[in-house]
Amino acid sequence: MPSERELARLRWQCRRGMLELDEILLTYLERHYATAAAAEQAAFRCLLGEEDPQLQRWLLLDERPADARLHALVERLRRLTPTD
Amino acid sequence: MTLARRRFDALIIGAGGAGLNAALQLADSDFRVAVVSKVFPTRSHTVAAQGGVNAALANVLPDNWHWHMFDTVKGSDWLGDQDAIEYMCREAIPTVYELEHAGVPFSRLDNGKIYQRAFGGQSQNFGGPQAARTCAAADRTGHAILHTLYQQNLRARTHFFDEYFAIDLIRDDEGAILGALVLEIENGEPLLIEAKATVLATGGCGQVFRTTSNAHINTGDGMAMALRAGIPLMDMEFFQFHPTGIAGKGMLITEGVRGEGGYLINKDGERFMERYAPNAKDLASRDVVSRAIVTEVKEGRGCGPNGDHVLLKLDHLGEEIINQRLPGIRETGRIFAGVDAAKEPLPVFPTAHYAMGGIPTDRFGRVLVPHGTGEEVVPGLYAAGECACVSVHGANRLGGNSLLDILVFGRAAGLDLREQLGRHHRPLDEASVEQAMARLNRWDRKGDGPTVRELRDAFRKAMEDHAGVFRTEEIMSEGLEQLRALREELDAVCLRDHSRIFNTARIEALELENLVDCGMAIAVSALARRESRGAHSRPDYPERDDVNWMKHTLYFREGDRLDYKPVHTRPLTVESFPPKERVY
Ligand SMILES: Cc1cc2nc3c(=O)[nH]c(=O)nc-3n(C[C@H](O)[C@H](O)[C@H](O)COP(=O)(O)OP(=O)(O)OC[C@H]3O[C@@H](n4cnc5c(N)ncnc54)[C@H](O)[C@@H]3O)c2cc1C
Repeated sequence: MPSERELARLRWQCRRGMLELDEILLTYLERHYATAAAAEQAAFRCLLGEEDPQLQRWLLLDERPADARLHALVERLRRLTPTD
Repeated sequence: MTLARRRFDALIIGAGGAGLNAALQLADSDFRVAVVSKVFPTRSHTVAAQGGVNAALANVLPDNWHWHMFDTVKGSDWLGDQDAIEYMCREAIPTVYELEHAGVPFSRLDNGKIYQRAFGGQSQNFGGPQAARTCAAADRTGHAILHTLYQQNLRARTHFFDEYFAIDLIRDDEGAILGALVLEIENGEPLLIEAKATVLATGGCGQVFRTTSNAHINTGDGMAMALRAGIPLMDMEFFQFHPTGIAGKGMLITEGVRGEGGYLINKDGERFMERYAPNAKDLASRDVVSRAIVTEVKEGRGCGPNGDHVLLKLDHLGEEIINQRLPGIRETGRIFAGVDAAKEPLPVFPTAHYAMGGIPTDRFGRVLVPHGTGEEVVPGLYAAGECACVSVHGANRLGGNSLLDILVFGRAAGLDLREQLGRHHRPLDEASVEQAMARLNRWDRKGDGPTVRELRDAFRKAMEDHAGVFRTEEIMSEGLEQLRALREELDAVCLRDHSRIFNTARIEALELENLVDCGMAIAVSALARRESRGAHSRPDYPERDDVNWMKHTLYFREGDRLDYKPVHTRPLTVESFPPKERVY
């Protein structure tokens, strides 16, 4: 389980310049991150290092990351729903 | 424990387009410049501005700055200051070329010149045919600008305090600003930054409304810091709403959807815009469509179990057109509303988009306060960008003019303050430091009052219901009581987590205080203005009233007091544009 501090640090990393990204990243962090496999958690931390327009192209437009692990995570994030 | 202290010549709070461009003006000097940002600079909200920036370059259609000026004055519904508007529209041209030279990859025409697209509100020849004035770097203008300015600042050895949260300004008895108390988010340690000049460039406050297109960071921190330092906020009742945000969430659904043939319906399936705007229908101006949507909901024709939104129908356009011409719409609908827009209509409601009001400044970015029958400059304080009100947008901002505002006046502030840095630091005022520390330490209090989230949700909902698009005396007076009661409750709010390291709950609590201060400024200013002008629309006072209300509002935090000041109707070099009816 990630520590409270680790979650808080990631929570601040989810603060972005676009509302769409705030909401997607935060929803995943709050509802799914703690129970995700270690590899997916690592992919999420890596994803947070990307620039906002790149995240937007991956999460809301047609582009996908070349890296397989990021790709899988991005697909998962794109399937989030409001009731998630 | 002693408080850590640092000294710089200039302190810039905010690393969006305004803050970074201010900092850059000191790049080739020996002055020590600090930029504080609560998030990593290129994650500032400027990154969301994808549409572009206006400048009358005349690359695509004939244009000149004077036409741009007319459009901006008219767009402002004659509340904008014409001297500042003239300055901005003239400066737009060198500003865009400066960015081009700095490396912003603007989209180009075949002849190599910067491409310019047409946006609403742009005209040739003072209200004639459509103009094309907006320069864009593909669909990531804001990011390209931020990235370029950030790199240049790094090269100029600007000192960045990333992930530091500014708490309050420090000032002396004479009202001069001496710097700010900030908090390092990672370890929770306060730091006092002393400076000869401080620039507030903290962006907007859209989070004050429940439904907003603004990112979570837009909590009006700088505006509230100014209020707490005794400085008024100007024209806060003017808030631009975009008619189609995802209901209850706020993400923008572009006007392009309606441009392609999408339309709005109420719970009876009626295309209600035909009643409100028989000609333009769904393509009527933003404020008309926003008001129509809220009226439908208020009169019981809203959709969904709570009847709290309307529907935007576009499934009839077909999957292919939607995928091709409206990229990202299906994903946005699916993720945030659980609806595939190619199969079902999207639930929408007006979303709070842009604050026209803010910290009053002159066109050099200097912060102004009333003094006697006139005004005076607050020594050592500047403001630029969405947190400031210079005022170029007046009662309504035109698309593409906000990036322009932040760049032009960020630069103007940087240039002016450069002249102020030769002198010594003023002596620090310890009482003011203690006051700022007390604000921080107040969150160490333990107890089980309401949580930050509960109070924030209640406040944002009350703002939306009572100070949003639909503003009658009755709705707003009732709302003001609720908002005041919530403000009282703020004192009882306690944190459950009192740790220091990365305590984001504490940051959110400080942000909540800022939201409450900004929200009160909006609600109090709006109730008092008994006319309809630009984005401020009062069904009980439907006309613009130039005799009584062609003036700027000033809201003071102490006692929720209001004052007014005249609009600058005289430009710098050209004839004034006298008020006319604003029709498009
Ligand atoms: C979805 C969307 C699309 C838009 N599109 C366009 C467009 O196409 N064209 C246009 O002209 N305008 C557009 N706008 C408006 C425009 O983006 C903003 O008005 C503008 O970017 C504001 O820039 P700024 O520099 O004032 O502030 P911001 O870019 O918001 O930066 C504020 C900075 O202040 C910092 N900060 C805030 N509070 C604190 C604190 N307490 N302590 C430390 N740092 C702090 C932040 O970290 C950040 O660095 C759009 C707005 C939205 C919401």
